Amino acid sequence: MKTFLAFVLKEFQHVWRDKRSLFILIAMPVMLMFIFGFALSNEVKNSNIAILCPKLDEEVLSVIEKIDQSKYFTINKMMHNPNEIENYFKQNKGKMVIVFENDFADKLEHDKLANVQLIGDATDPNTATTMIGYAQGIIGDYQKSLLGETNLPYAIQVETRMLYNPQLLSAYNFVPGVMALILTLLGTMMTSVSIVKEKEFGSMELLLVSPVKPIMVIFSKALPYALLCFIDVLIILLMARYVLDMPIRGNIFLLLAMSVLFIFTTLSLGLLISNSVDQQQVAMFISLVGLMMPSLIFSGFMFPIENMPKPMQIISNIVPTKWYFEILKSVMVKGLGFSYIWKHTLILVGMTAFFTLVAVRKFKIRLS
Amino acid sequence: MSKEAIIKTNDLTKSFGAFTAVDKITFEVMPGEIFGFLGANGAGKTTAMKMLSGLLIPTSGKASVVGFDVFKQSEMIKKNIGYMSQKFSLYDDLTVEENIAFFGGIYGLRGDVLEHAQAELLQRLQLMDQSKKLVASLPLGWKQKLSFSVAMIHKPRLVFLDEPTGGVDPITRRQFWEMIYEAAENGVTIFVTTHYMDEAEYCSRVSIMVDGKIAAMDTPRALKDRFGAKNMDEVFYTLARGAKRGE
Repeated sequence: MKTFLAFVLKEFQHVWRDKRSLFILIAMPVMLMFIFGFALSNEVKNSNIAILCPKLDEEVLSVIEKIDQSKYFTINKMMHNPNEIENYFKQNKGKMVIVFENDFADKLEHDKLANVQLIGDATDPNTATTMIGYAQGIIGDYQKSLLGETNLPYAIQVETRMLYNPQLLSAYNFVPGVMALILTLLGTMMTSVSIVKEKEFGSMELLLVSPVKPIMVIFSKALPYALLCFIDVLIILLMARYVLDMPIRGNIFLLLAMSVLFIFTTLSLGLLISNSVDQQQVAMFISLVGLMMPSLIFSGFMFPIENMPKPMQIISNIVPTKWYFEILKSVMVKGLGFSYIWKHTLILVGMTAFFTLVAVRKFKIRLS
Repeated sequence: MSKEAIIKTNDLTKSFGAFTAVDKITFEVMPGEIFGFLGANGAGKTTAMKMLSGLLIPTSGKASVVGFDVFKQSEMIKKNIGYMSQKFSLYDDLTVEENIAFFGGIYGLRGDVLEHAQAELLQRLQLMDQSKKLVASLPLGWKQKLSFSVAMIHKPRLVFLDEPTGGVDPITRRQFWEMIYEAAENGVTIFVTTHYMDEAEYCSRVSIMVDGKIAAMDTPRALKDRFGAKNMDEVFYTLARGAKRGE
C-alpha cells in the first residue's frame, strides 16, 4: 500500500511539474463554458430584422412595436420597396424581413383578412426556423388580442409549453455536452499519453523490474487524472450554476456519482489505448480521432440521434459518451432520479469492466 | 570455487513461436564478479537479461538468480536485484531528492531508512546542494552516476546494467567504471551489457552471444589468447562475423 502511495505521489509530482498541461486541464472547461455560454450561442437574441411596409398605419405600427419590444428582435431597417430585400440579405445586415401588405390596416378592418410575409435567410436553417417561429408567435399574440374584442363561434387555442427549459436556453444542452466531451477527452488522452510516455522513455521497463506489481503501476498513473477530471466536473457545475444561472435540478450526489463512474470509463479506455500503442503521438491521435470524433457526432450533443439513419443510431450505442450525456440531461435538466437512468448506469459499468479487463489482459500478454 | 554462484543457468531457452531468441545458454556468475554480457544487436542479449531479471518467463531450462528460481520466484528476484538502463535513467521532471525517494519507495524503503539512504547517497556523490534541483538540469555524467546509485539504493547483491554508458564521453565513462569497480569491491555483482569493447576489457569475465547461443565465455585475457587477437574488438569481430541473424 505504501509503495502505491509512493507511486501516486510521483504521478502528482509529474502533473504538478508540467504546468502547461495542468493549465490546459483546468482552463479548458472554463474556456469552453465561456465560449458556448456567451459566444457560440444558438439562441436567437436581439437578432437584426427589417420591416417592409409601403404604408405605416396604426395597425402596422402596433405590430412592429410588439416585435421590437421582444428580446428576440431588433429592427434595424425600415424598407419601402421590395427591391431592397435582396440587398439586405446580401449585405448580411439581418436574418429576417417581415413584409406587410399594402393597406394592411384597411384590409384587416374591412376584409377581416390581411397578409404578412416572413422572409428568412435560410443559409443557417436552424436559426431561420427559430426566428420565423418567434415572429409567428408574436403576430399570433397580436391576433389574439384583436380577437378578444369580437366573438368567434369556434376557436382552437394552441398553447405551447416547453418543458424543463421554458426559455429555450442552450445551456441546458451544452453544459452536459461540454462536461461529457471534456471528460472523454481528458480522461482518455491524459491517461494514455502519461502511460505511453513511460514506455517511450524506457522507464516502464525499470518499473517492471522493480518489485512493484505491474497493475499497480498502471492504476497509480490513472489516479491523478481521475482527480483532475473530477475537479473539472466541479468547475463546470459551479460555472453552470453561478455564471450561466442554470439550475441543477436532480440530486447533486447522484450527478457526481455518475460523473465518477464515467471518469472510470474514460480512464479504462485510456488504459486500453496505452496498452495497445507505444508512442505518445499515436495515443494522442487515437484519443482524438478514434474517440473524440465519434463522441462529438454520436453523443447527441451536436446532432440529434433520432434523426440519424438506423445504422448510425445503432453505432451510437457503443459510444460511452452518449450514455453519460443522456444521464446528465436526465439528472441535471429533468431532475430525474436513479430509477430512470439505471439502464444507462449498467451499460457504463459494463463498458468500464470490459475495457479494464481487455486492458489488463493486453498488459499481461505484453509482459510474457 | 568455494562461493555459491549468484546467477546459475542451465540450458536456459526462450522461444517466441518458431523463433528461438535464446538457445540453451548455460553459465554461472560468481559473487563480486563484473560479468560482461556481449553480443551484436539481435543476438538475444536483451531477452536473456529479461529472463534473469524476472521480466520474462523462460520457455525451458533452469536458472536461479540471487538464490531464487526464475520460473517461480520472480517477485523475490525483483526485490533483490538492481537495474539500470541507458534508455532511461531518472525522471527529468522530478528533483534529485524526489527521484531518490520514489525509487527507494518502490523498493520498500521508507521513513528513517529511506532518509538515511538518501543522505548517504547524496553525500557520496557530493550532490547535497543539488538535491532540490530538477534532474533535467544535471549534466549527463552526473545523471548516470546518480542513476547507478539509485539502482543500488536498496543494497542489492546483483545489479543489471543494460548498456549503461551509451552516449557518454570517454572521461565520464571512465569515471562511471570506477564506480562499478568500487561497487564490485564491496561485494556487489555486476552484470553488464555493452557495445564498447574497451569496456569489455574492464570486466572480470565476458560472454559473447551469437545467434542466441553463447559463442565464447572467459576472462578477456584468455579470450584474446585463444583467438590470437590484439584486443576484445578483434575477438568480438571474429565471433560475430559468423552470425546468421541480422538486426
